Amino acid sequence: MSTRESAPGSTGGADVPGPLHGGPDDDYSPEQLAAMSREELDLLGARYDSVQVLHVDPGPEPGSAVEKQAVRQVALTFALAGVAAFAAFVVYVGSGWFLPDWQWNITDTGWSALFTPLIGALGGLALTLVGVGMVLYTKKLLPHETAVQDKHDGSHFDRVTTGATLVGGLHDSGLARRKLITRSLVFMGSGIGLMLLMPLGGLIRNPNTGDPLGTTSWAEGVRLVRDDGSPIRPGDQQPGSLETVFPAVPGGNRQSDAATMLIRLRPEQLSVDRPRTGQEDFGYGDYVAYSKICTHAGCPVSLYEQETSRILCPCHQSQFDVTQGARPVFGPATRPLPQLPITVDDEGFFVARSDYIEAVGPTYWNRERI
Amino acid sequence: MARTATAPGVPTTALGKAALEVDDRLIVAGPLRRTLNKVFPDHWSFLLGEIALYAFVILLLSGTYLTFFYDASLREVVYDGSYAPLRGLEMSAAYDSALYLSFDVRGGLFVRQVHHWAALLFVAAIVVHLLRIFFTGAFRRPRETNWLIGVGLLLLALGEGFTGYSLPDDLLSGTGLRIASAIILSIPVVGTWVHWAVFNGDYVGEFVIGRFYIAHVLIIPAILLALIAVHLLILVKQKHTQFPGPGRTEHNVVGNRLFPAFAAKAGGLFFIVFGVVAALGGLVQINPVWLWGPYNPAQVSSASQPDWYIMFLDGSTRLFPAWDINLPGDYNIPALFWPTVVIAGLIFTVLALYPMIERKLTRDTASHHLLQRPRDVPVRTSLGVMALTFYIVLMLSGANDVIAERFDISLNAMTWAGRIGVLILPPIAYVLSYRICLGLQKHDREVLEHGLETGVIRRLPHGEFIEVHQPLGPVDEHGHSQLAYGGAPVPKRMNQVGGARRAIRGFFTPIEEPAQVELEQRRDEQGLAAAESRELTTSGRPSDGGRPQEPRD
Repeated sequence: MSTRESAPGSTGGADVPGPLHGGPDDDYSPEQLAAMSREELDLLGARYDSVQVLHVDPGPEPGSAVEKQAVRQVALTFALAGVAAFAAFVVYVGSGWFLPDWQWNITDTGWSALFTPLIGALGGLALTLVGVGMVLYTKKLLPHETAVQDKHDGSHFDRVTTGATLVGGLHDSGLARRKLITRSLVFMGSGIGLMLLMPLGGLIRNPNTGDPLGTTSWAEGVRLVRDDGSPIRPGDQQPGSLETVFPAVPGGNRQSDAATMLIRLRPEQLSVDRPRTGQEDFGYGDYVAYSKICTHAGCPVSLYEQETSRILCPCHQSQFDVTQGARPVFGPATRPLPQLPITVDDEGFFVARSDYIEAVGPTYWNRERI
Repeated sequence: MARTATAPGVPTTALGKAALEVDDRLIVAGPLRRTLNKVFPDHWSFLLGEIALYAFVILLLSGTYLTFFYDASLREVVYDGSYAPLRGLEMSAAYDSALYLSFDVRGGLFVRQVHHWAALLFVAAIVVHLLRIFFTGAFRRPRETNWLIGVGLLLLALGEGFTGYSLPDDLLSGTGLRIASAIILSIPVVGTWVHWAVFNGDYVGEFVIGRFYIAHVLIIPAILLALIAVHLLILVKQKHTQFPGPGRTEHNVVGNRLFPAFAAKAGGLFFIVFGVVAALGGLVQINPVWLWGPYNPAQVSSASQPDWYIMFLDGSTRLFPAWDINLPGDYNIPALFWPTVVIAGLIFTVLALYPMIERKLTRDTASHHLLQRPRDVPVRTSLGVMALTFYIVLMLSGANDVIAERFDISLNAMTWAGRIGVLILPPIAYVLSYRICLGLQKHDREVLEHGLETGVIRRLPHGEFIEVHQPLGPVDEHGHSQLAYGGAPVPKRMNQVGGARRAIRGFFTPIEEPAQVELEQRRDEQGLAAAESRELTTSGRPSDGGRPQEPRD
């Protein structure tokens, strides 16, 4: 038989437990603990956790009027919570069974309009009462104690010994001396890191291929159509009115950059109309067409006040003057709304003469270069 | 006085035997006792972070339910559900499923609204909790790490909120997404590349909702959960801060043990938060997506406001002047870049670094576990109020169109009021708060020196009227008290120093004997005296709570 019975990994010999845990188990024998009351044990344990209970206000005297009242209050709160919870359950399950149907109907002002509010009111009441009951219980029936726990700073002993273990491990590895391994580790680490991040490259796509930001589906001869696809003739609109039009291509009315405002100017607006240089012939008669996509943050500008000729974007309140080439006159937008050159085709319907000559929508870094 | 079994250490009850079986296997008795005995200080403002935690729990529960019905897809479908006004309309599958959830799932609308209200409450509770931490100096060493984690949690909560309310793909959320797209495009140099990476192409494409969905239900919540766990672990490890007061020092925590008092109170608060959110979810309509209609890039409704926590960015965007910066080579930096990316970046950078900035400026590198009253640190308090004023002006400007419409004010006047207000109101707020802090400090000292105003007017023999003051401590020959200010609230009314007896309980009829109440009060006073004597005799460390600004030796 081996003589090193207690050494790790040794075979044979009696398997005996190690010594007691030390600390409190050495200080107090089971007999001593058994002789202590529950309260004493509680405070003893607390003391080992650096907690001292300074003062206990034991709560109401058992059987006193104060206790009876508090008990009634707490029990009533919990009971009401139960009632509300069961009521919520009945409303939820019973609707459409022995209660009217829960499904909301736009014309119905009865039960279906009450279903969600009732669930909320009853459910909310039930949960709130549970909470109130618990707080009442704590405040009125539990003993109130004032306890103090000591705060310990970090232990110097722990720091020194842990540090020694860490530094020892590093020292044993010899990495500080074995430069070749350190260098190969750095090289390997950067390689493995790049390899693991590599799939994220799938997210990267070139935004400049085909200039998607600078082009729309408007092109020469593409008709201006309403949301329902119907083409527009001059004369369909009253002077001073605005209509949102889209390119007559499949899905044109759902494209995020194609929406255009076709505006028929009033005679007095026409007399002060001052289009941008080089775009004087972009309109057709008293009609002008501007991009509906705000040049600030891309919201559709849509509030047209014809008395002041202003178009307002409801997102950040940029204002554009349609008689001034849709230049911004107030708010954070910096660029005019791009103008769509329009004319009329053989059948007398509005068509675009080309795509927008500049990018529509919000500004970006290389917008001017495209 | 229940005695344990006579056979030492062997449990006799069924519960005791079961507990022994558990501890034989898991050895949890020690750690459990330490946890149960942990002392938490008691103050209402320490519950604000808990509210955020509970809102998060409600969000996890309600959000999981919503995923059973939500379809994160921009595939076009024709609505055929039970909400008649939208029937026959083309819309995305995402919006269709949001409508299905609201109208065709029993209780679905309730849970959706609970989720939305809980989200609003979550961010609100985080912000108010952050203000409490800031104004009481709870971020000081050793708690800078938890401050940084907290700022990270706030940012994640904003991201979680934005990705969440973009999911229904209604007209309002689509407008928000459009603006987000423009903000990404506005970033110099890499803006279009980042946009293409997020949206997988031009706006809007078919990917963004699916990506936002996985970010909203998996990526961000997982990080939130991990950070919340670390936040709480650090809190437990470092122990909670406390306000200065009798017996409270930098080296202890005075309050209730976790079990049962603190646990019962915290549990009660959870149910109250849950109850309030549930009641709101049922009774108060929030984000009625069926009224906004499906998203259409050519449509927008007026009064398009984001959820409240994004409104400050909307406001800054409205106020910022139209300043595009044109660079050589036909490059430009859009005006949109400054009020969104730059301002938000600056706000959160300064917020995150504030503990380090203050440490640098005050050269106070000591550990602090006692909180400060805002009045005692006038510079920090005034800086906080200044920042808050800046934030509130931006937030109100985010709703300036609604304010203009409701109060019949010119919209342009509102914008200019915001532009001017955001520059001049914060300094004014700084000066005002500074004066108020000093005034409150002065009054505290005055009460400590001269005593409380009793409201009793006495006529002196030569005819002069004076008000009788009640000194708070022993006085010298001039009637001046020598009490030092301890960083704790100073009583300002006679009732706070026992000038009035406590009311006798009972709603309709008294249920207590007056003698009994007197006895109880005397017992309370004894308890207080015991606490003080413990502080002086056993701890051996005189309270240094009175000088929270001075470094500990």
